[in-house]
Amino acid sequence: MSAFELLGFGEKGWGALLLQATAMTLAVTLTAFFFGGVFGAVVARGKLSDSMVARVAGDVYTTVLRGVPDLLVIYLLYFGGSQLLSSLYRLVTGETGFIGINAFLTGAMAVGVVSGAYQAEVFRGAYLAIPRGEIEAARSVGMSGWTLFHRIVLPQVLRFAIPGLGNVWQLALKESALISVTGLVELLRQSQVASGSTRQPFVFYSAAAVLYLVLTSVSTWTFNKAESTAMRGVRRA
Amino acid sequence: MDFAFYSEVIWRLLGGLPMTLNIAFVSVAVGGLFAVGLALMQESGVAPLVWISRAYVFVFRGTPLLVQMFLIFYGLSQFPEIRASWAWTYLRQPYFCAVLALAMNTAAYTAEILRGGLQSVPFGQIEAARACGMSRVTLYRRVVLPIAVRQALPAYGTELILMVRATALASIITIMEITGIAQKINSETFRAIEVFVCAGVIYLAINFLLSRVVMALEHWLTPHLRAMPHEQLLAKVGDKL
Amino acid sequence: MAEGSAAVPAVSVRDLRKSFGALEVLKGVSFDAHDGDVISILGASGSGKSTLLRCINMLETPSAGDVVVAGETIKLRQRRDGRVEPADHRQIDRIRSGLSMVFQGFNLWSHMTVLQNVMEAPVHVQKRPKAEVRDEAMALLAKVGIADRAGYYPSHLSGGQQQRAAIARALAMKPKVMLFDEPTSALDPELVGEVLRVMRAIAEEGRTMLVVTHEMGFARDVSNRVLFLHQGQIEADGPPQELFGASKSERFRQFIARHAQG
Repeated sequence: MSAFELLGFGEKGWGALLLQATAMTLAVTLTAFFFGGVFGAVVARGKLSDSMVARVAGDVYTTVLRGVPDLLVIYLLYFGGSQLLSSLYRLVTGETGFIGINAFLTGAMAVGVVSGAYQAEVFRGAYLAIPRGEIEAARSVGMSGWTLFHRIVLPQVLRFAIPGLGNVWQLALKESALISVTGLVELLRQSQVASGSTRQPFVFYSAAAVLYLVLTSVSTWTFNKAESTAMRGVRRA
Repeated sequence: MDFAFYSEVIWRLLGGLPMTLNIAFVSVAVGGLFAVGLALMQESGVAPLVWISRAYVFVFRGTPLLVQMFLIFYGLSQFPEIRASWAWTYLRQPYFCAVLALAMNTAAYTAEILRGGLQSVPFGQIEAARACGMSRVTLYRRVVLPIAVRQALPAYGTELILMVRATALASIITIMEITGIAQKINSETFRAIEVFVCAGVIYLAINFLLSRVVMALEHWLTPHLRAMPHEQLLAKVGDKL
Repeated sequence: MAEGSAAVPAVSVRDLRKSFGALEVLKGVSFDAHDGDVISILGASGSGKSTLLRCINMLETPSAGDVVVAGETIKLRQRRDGRVEPADHRQIDRIRSGLSMVFQGFNLWSHMTVLQNVMEAPVHVQKRPKAEVRDEAMALLAKVGIADRAGYYPSHLSGGQQQRAAIARALAMKPKVMLFDEPTSALDPELVGEVLRVMRAIAEEGRTMLVVTHEMGFARDVSNRVLFLHQGQIEADGPPQELFGASKSERFRQFIARHAQG
């Protein structure tokens, strides 16, 4: 069978499955990126806090998660998660047994936790890039607390964060391939399965590479577009 | 806490340390050479070279490292011609494939970092070198590269740490470095949390040391970017020439 | 070679032209500089004076015309698209090592100390022995008055000190001709004097110098010849006493009147 047929949408083609797996990659990365955003915001808040404890905690989080292999984090959450659940199960029921956990959620959580460390740095940098005068101006007209944050700070942080977030998104997208070790049928896992059953690994891993390239290129384009839209009126008028 | 278990785990994991360091070191060295080649191709201004180099960087930065590793290790074995050739002696070895994938991957990122460094060299300093009659080679060796490398060092430090993290992927193609051993202990003991946390601590220690080394190197290479040191120290710098 | 022979000019520029796109900056400039000449090149900004200097050592490639250094014509060739490019890079490198240049922005190499900056070209271009170059470099730094700054990095020096270091770097090549491209224009007014004093001292040693400058005092008192460029052509040319006294060029008289207060 030719590579064309193998990758096509015919009866024996893997095309549809590969596209489905690409959608899965996108879904798991989006979920991970969302988790990462939440963690990143909390950690960035900690790093910018007046409290010494919060600052140290924030620094430890970013240092550890950027210093440990992402694969290890996936293993820890996936195997560690079932270890915890299994011992809980034993505590409650008194019986031994192995409990598997949801690969999608653990995978997204693992990539998200790591992404959170990078996003925290991006948010922190973006916050520090806001001209101090603008915050003082907001205070001078009586804004404070939530109003100040969501009217002045947040829109600025998001806009300064776009380029950095673009890089972190690309990282998450590529890191999502590691989730294949948990058996989640995303793009790389599907290519592995197809390679195994057709004995044409080169064809399928190349196809995967091309699909990842499409995802990363479209992402680059999207983020550039978002940046130029968001930056309208800032710098060069 | 079960200290005996922890110490045994750490001890066994440390058995993988030489392999982790070996993979990291060899792939960084080889990748660095590739990267210099790629960066020089982009700076050459010769259209086909620029084009090849850009395409390389685009592909390797746009796809996951694990896919690259699988393509090299599993993908190439699809072709009987390759299995029959001399290259197969190397391409059948997981170690060789892991190092090749890591080196080719880091080369793409490093080339971009180097290119950024090259573009940061002030044009006036290049002109001054030209005006002295420096040939292109001397100009690069004595002025452009030293300035570019210093400029690129912080970003390269980050890349080195990413590389140490990335060596863990070699375990997926059966290499018994730290993560591979951790996975093995986990499958024997089902004590995932303890085992992977111990492994994480080892990686953290490596990267902590690595970042210190990079910082020291940066400090040593960029006296001109620091506040002015003491006179005596300066006298010494002059004498060492 | 032709040293001492008055017949062969140190630098000879013949009908030099240079265009940047549609803009013609030099429209046929010719002059000879002989050994020991100190020539000040004056002109309003945009008159082409810096471009002229940069064409002499080929930092800019002329669009037409010749540059002859000590009797040797710099080889140029025309590309298919009509643009001119240097024909022999080795020749240019060799000629450049005899024509050292001092820039407006100093352009000291930021990663080297002052002493290393001065020693760099003699050691790595002229391949002379390090120990010998080192002694000479120290003597040159003493001459420009910054021997005590030998171990400093450029970023740790004032602009005036940096420019004096750059002059020492240029002298270290033992150049036949020195090119100065507005050496005091980037300096704070209070630092101009120290650089001019060094340049005057060098001129008095009998060195051949081409100086693009706005310093009327230097042009009048130190140089033995003044070229006044206007819109890419030589508008006035002669000894300073003559030109500053009563130039025939109305434009030159206006030019010095404008700069007299400065």
